[in-house]
Amino acid sequence: MRQMFKAAAAAALAAGLGAAAAGSASAQEKMKVGFIYVGPVGDFGYSYQHNQGRLAVEKALGDKVTTTFLENVPEADSERSIEQLARTGHKLIFTTSFGFMDPTVKVAKKYPNVYFEHATGYKREKNLATYSAKFHEGRYVIGQIAGKMTKSNVIGYVASFPIPEVVSGINAFMLGAQSVNPNIKVKIVWANTWFDPGKEADAAKALLDQGADIISQHTDSPAPLQQAEARGKFAFGQASDMIRFAQKATLTSIVDNWNDYYIARVKAALDGSWKSEDTWGGFDANMVNMAPFTNMPDEVKAMATKTTADIKSGALNPFKCPVYGQDGKEIECKGKGALSDEQVLGMAFYVKGIDDQLPK
Amino acid sequence: MRLELVPRGDVSPVARVLSPVAAVAAAILIGGIIVAIMGRSPLQALQVYFVEPLTQGWALQELAIKATPLLIIAVGLSFCFRASLWNIGAEGQFIIGALTGSMVPLALHGSGAGPWVLAAGLVAGALGGLLYALIPALLRVAFGVSEILTSLMLVYVAELTLDYLVRGPWRDPKGFNFPQTVTFDWTLPYIAEGDRLHAGILIAPLVALAAWFVMRRTLFGFGIRVAGESPKAARFAGFSADRMVIAAFCISGACAGLAGIVEVFGQIHQLKPGISPGYGFTAITVAFLGRLHPAGMVFGALVVALTVIGGENAQIVMQLPLDLTRVFQGVLLMCVLAADALVSYRVRVVGGGR
Repeated sequence: MRQMFKAAAAAALAAGLGAAAAGSASAQEKMKVGFIYVGPVGDFGYSYQHNQGRLAVEKALGDKVTTTFLENVPEADSERSIEQLARTGHKLIFTTSFGFMDPTVKVAKKYPNVYFEHATGYKREKNLATYSAKFHEGRYVIGQIAGKMTKSNVIGYVASFPIPEVVSGINAFMLGAQSVNPNIKVKIVWANTWFDPGKEADAAKALLDQGADIISQHTDSPAPLQQAEARGKFAFGQASDMIRFAQKATLTSIVDNWNDYYIARVKAALDGSWKSEDTWGGFDANMVNMAPFTNMPDEVKAMATKTTADIKSGALNPFKCPVYGQDGKEIECKGKGALSDEQVLGMAFYVKGIDDQLPK
Repeated sequence: MRLELVPRGDVSPVARVLSPVAAVAAAILIGGIIVAIMGRSPLQALQVYFVEPLTQGWALQELAIKATPLLIIAVGLSFCFRASLWNIGAEGQFIIGALTGSMVPLALHGSGAGPWVLAAGLVAGALGGLLYALIPALLRVAFGVSEILTSLMLVYVAELTLDYLVRGPWRDPKGFNFPQTVTFDWTLPYIAEGDRLHAGILIAPLVALAAWFVMRRTLFGFGIRVAGESPKAARFAGFSADRMVIAAFCISGACAGLAGIVEVFGQIHQLKPGISPGYGFTAITVAFLGRLHPAGMVFGALVVALTVIGGENAQIVMQLPLDLTRVFQGVLLMCVLAADALVSYRVRVVGGGR
């Protein structure tokens, strides 16, 4: 028995020395940065674009950090995945979908020395920051393009979940469209998924069957674009430049650009200046970009370019007052000349002219 | 030349026990070859995938958490599968159980009701799953409708019902319109440090034990087994086939429903879409991996849970894609089925010509 203890003690000592040696080396070790994606990196949309951001971090700071990602993480089952990253020595962890909010909060409380960043949510902690992009700015631009390009005056909209981000996107799209074409109608199909090419294609087909000649989408795969291409109609890409999937149908894509943000945040974590804050950037912060305007006449191109520039400079706010609700009544204007950030971030109403009911 | 499967007649119990073990070994071998083809070290993959999770305390906890819903559902399914009834809809029964069980804490939210809410919720969950499984059972008994189709289609009905409720009537009014209910006042307590291991994991072995007792030590269990192996003999012995169908589905549904509400009370603490990453379907693999025997299914649930946790580990440590985990789970099921077939049947090569 005593022999065994001795052996065990020796082994423990050796392990301890080994760990100590590793510890002294770790001063030079690279910081680990982790990413959790809701979809596959091959969705060529939302998760793909976050992964582009991760690759940009590797490219810019590859000598100081290593990155890891977990893809296709089910939201209700994400706590373990997030914790596993924290446990395996990741110092900064980005959780990139709304549904990861509560699990991220819980893990952040357990690992006070790890920095967390949650995309599109609203709960923050001392070591948990939030970030999102003003996707609705891009939606306003594509709404204007759709308003000019449609012949049937019916636009099909493949939507994911009726959360504020999506609802404000639909409204911005409609306001943009109405600014150039007062007779426009938007039909919405809720696909109830972020990424499911089959369901997204079915939704697009149904909308095209109902007379839509332009498809807009707030889901992540290129399937709706491909449906539009097959029918000789137009569509907009989501999250990344999707023109390679539909050369003739793509008018433009709203491109999420996380690269600069991720690089800045990783740098902050490296030099110790990281703070928990909320970042909400649009065209001005380069977090949202427009892909090249294609398959449209020059005048429409010029209009879209000008609108993008005006939003970027602050001359135009997609939610400039007055904004009218579905019932025709004016929405109280809580911001300066436009709806306030809180009103947009918690948006739970449709603007006038949208032919759909939000679940009550 | 063609191949024929010839029944072996008597099969030794040793072979029956060893066949799933051999299947797991074969699956690991195939997985290793795939990893090698991808240009990675199969040995490191084996280490990261199967060894590391078994040698670390947190991973063992996660293993138990993950195995819990799988085991409870699989135990229930084994009653159906033993009786040659194909309940493919455990996923739906899981969701309905989560839903009916959650009605209790939702109705009493903010009322200051005591922890009995949990007990009532668990019962309501099991009951909900039971009633939901009764639909395909009754349709089969009354009209001879295939239970495979009805139980499967009811999965979509369950998913959409949950969707509707959390977006509409049950939505948290303070939740910024996001599709989820309030967080429940009462949730299952944690039984280990780290706030992950919840008391629900204790329910799974109890369910497995109860199932073993019913299956092996009661007349009813005997009836189920006979009905599956020889319907004629069962009828001759006086077991009502209809009653067996209904009973097997009720047990199966109650277990799936219980698993659903345990998962919600233990881990998620509220209702939202996507509460199950496919437990109801994965449990089918678990049931067969465990040869429909309660002890075997404990093993099966742990192995499948291990592939999930090991797969995550492989993504983090070796940057192996998630698809590899999925492929591996598929290979595992194929190997189990193949091993089963090869234990019961001999392959005979029949020469060409007629």
